[in-house]
Amino acid sequence: MAIDNAILNSQRKADPQRGKRHRSATEIEDFWTGLICLFPTVVVTLGFVIIPVAFSFYLSFHQWNILKPDKPFVGFDNYVRMFQTDEFWKALEHTVLYTIGVVPVGLVISLGVALLLNQRIAGLSLYRTGYFLPVVTSTIVVAVVWTWLYNPYYGLINLALKTLGVPQPGWLTDPKWALPAIIIMSIWKNMGYHMVIFLSGLQAISSSYYEAADIDGASRLDKFRFITWPLLRPTTALVLMTSVIFSFQIFGPVYVMTGGGPMRSTTVLLYYIYQRGFEFKEMGYASAVAWVLFAIIFSLTLIQFRYSRSGAAD
Amino acid sequence: MKVFLRQVRFPVFTALLQHSVMLVILILMVAPFLWMVVSSFKTESQIFVLPPQWVPKPITLENYINAWNAFPLGRFYLNSLFVALSVMVSQVFIASLAAYVFARLQFPARDTIFFIFLATMMLPSQIMLIPRFIIMKELGWIDTYKALIVPFIATPFATFLLRQAFLGIPIDLEDAARMDGCSRFRILFQVVLPLAKPALATLATFTFMDHWNAFLWPLIVIQTKQKLTLQVGLSMLRSELGTEWGTLMAASVLAAVPTIVVYFFAQRQFVAGITLTGLKG
Repeated sequence: MAIDNAILNSQRKADPQRGKRHRSATEIEDFWTGLICLFPTVVVTLGFVIIPVAFSFYLSFHQWNILKPDKPFVGFDNYVRMFQTDEFWKALEHTVLYTIGVVPVGLVISLGVALLLNQRIAGLSLYRTGYFLPVVTSTIVVAVVWTWLYNPYYGLINLALKTLGVPQPGWLTDPKWALPAIIIMSIWKNMGYHMVIFLSGLQAISSSYYEAADIDGASRLDKFRFITWPLLRPTTALVLMTSVIFSFQIFGPVYVMTGGGPMRSTTVLLYYIYQRGFEFKEMGYASAVAWVLFAIIFSLTLIQFRYSRSGAAD
Repeated sequence: MKVFLRQVRFPVFTALLQHSVMLVILILMVAPFLWMVVSSFKTESQIFVLPPQWVPKPITLENYINAWNAFPLGRFYLNSLFVALSVMVSQVFIASLAAYVFARLQFPARDTIFFIFLATMMLPSQIMLIPRFIIMKELGWIDTYKALIVPFIATPFATFLLRQAFLGIPIDLEDAARMDGCSRFRILFQVVLPLAKPALATLATFTFMDHWNAFLWPLIVIQTKQKLTLQVGLSMLRSELGTEWGTLMAASVLAAVPTIVVYFFAQRQFVAGITLTGLKG
């Protein structure tokens, strides 16, 4: 309808003599239209992305306290101090442990669930909706609810463990168990997200492969090994990449559930940046840490890109 | 015989197994939500009754009243709604303009600009956290909604998503309109955008949820209690109320309901959005 209207309305403007100069007139019109259309995007990108990134780099070489007028250049001091600080290495260690805890297990579970869901069975949409519920709920709500679930004496989890006769850890109050607690919650929260990506990858695999395998009498396991897994490789790489990047950026649950404790056992890199930058006002130092975090994420992305590329080649 | 086994007897068994596995997972996924709702209707003393009870007796609304009074929750709702809607509308509009240029217009160095713009997607937001804060301070935008909206009205992800959608629209339709002398703007608004509705809906849903759920940036930028968004408000509630779990669960229910409602109405956009966000990384 809209198209018809547009064409009808504009017919009176039609100019039969346009033909020859059409091109250059289009170019001029496009130039001005383009300028107007790109203006907001360019201004926002410059002002809130490119300048901040350059500024962040500048900050990382200065001692910058937002409350003090004196902001001296310190060269590599922030970086040197970071690499000599135990707190930084601990934060990095916790981030890496968190990632190792979340990514492989999360990947296997979400792939398994996607395989189960990728079939014609009754109640499919009920399952899918249920599995997806944690994804659409905000991280903060989830974190508050799980803090209650993890309560050592009245929390649902320990009560369940008690019924099963399994020892009940102190979870968020125990330096040994606080990080695993956040890991378990994150796997639960993000399972549905990766499941959806896997499902779309599975649905892209042509059923003719499976039919051919059926004729050859292949078992379920064979079909998975020789058809699903290799053809799903780009999707797996994508899930791997997004979940590693997400993991390195964890903040909300730590802020709400533990505040980085107990005994700093859940202080991850982004939380460390937040503390240094905004609680201690050491914005130069915090920027240096942010650059290291960026360098890690960036190189991981590059490695995974290369991995998935070479995978596509063979 | 072998074929018979695999095709007829096996499926009954596997289906049973499959359903039980999926049911267990379903219970694990939904139980925390159920427990949140159940706890929110319990009185202070019932909360700590052992063994835990799945049906509150009596059912009390006290927690909801407390949550609503302890904090200006209604105000937080409005703040979050205002911010998320503003970002959503302006992002869809501004990204449409830019995406159309990148998809169709003859513009000098168009693809180079697009590439540079796209490359900024690789920059994670935490690197901009501190400098953006300082810029906001210089602009005098700290503790304003502007700080929550303006930096996000143009994103490479939105532009990329819409550009792909526009490229998928047959160019013949636009050519016909051009032959009739339609301006580029008119073609964008009357021909292209109506045809790109699914992509626009996906982008809108996703942007809304993203900003409704945003936490770190509003935590840093907003300082007055009255201006807090729902997520930051809830986290403050958590640290102020400590162990008043009934009230906290009631507040959580209130904070969770809007996104769950949006999800039920826009399931398809959600799924489409997620399969696309892989590109966002």
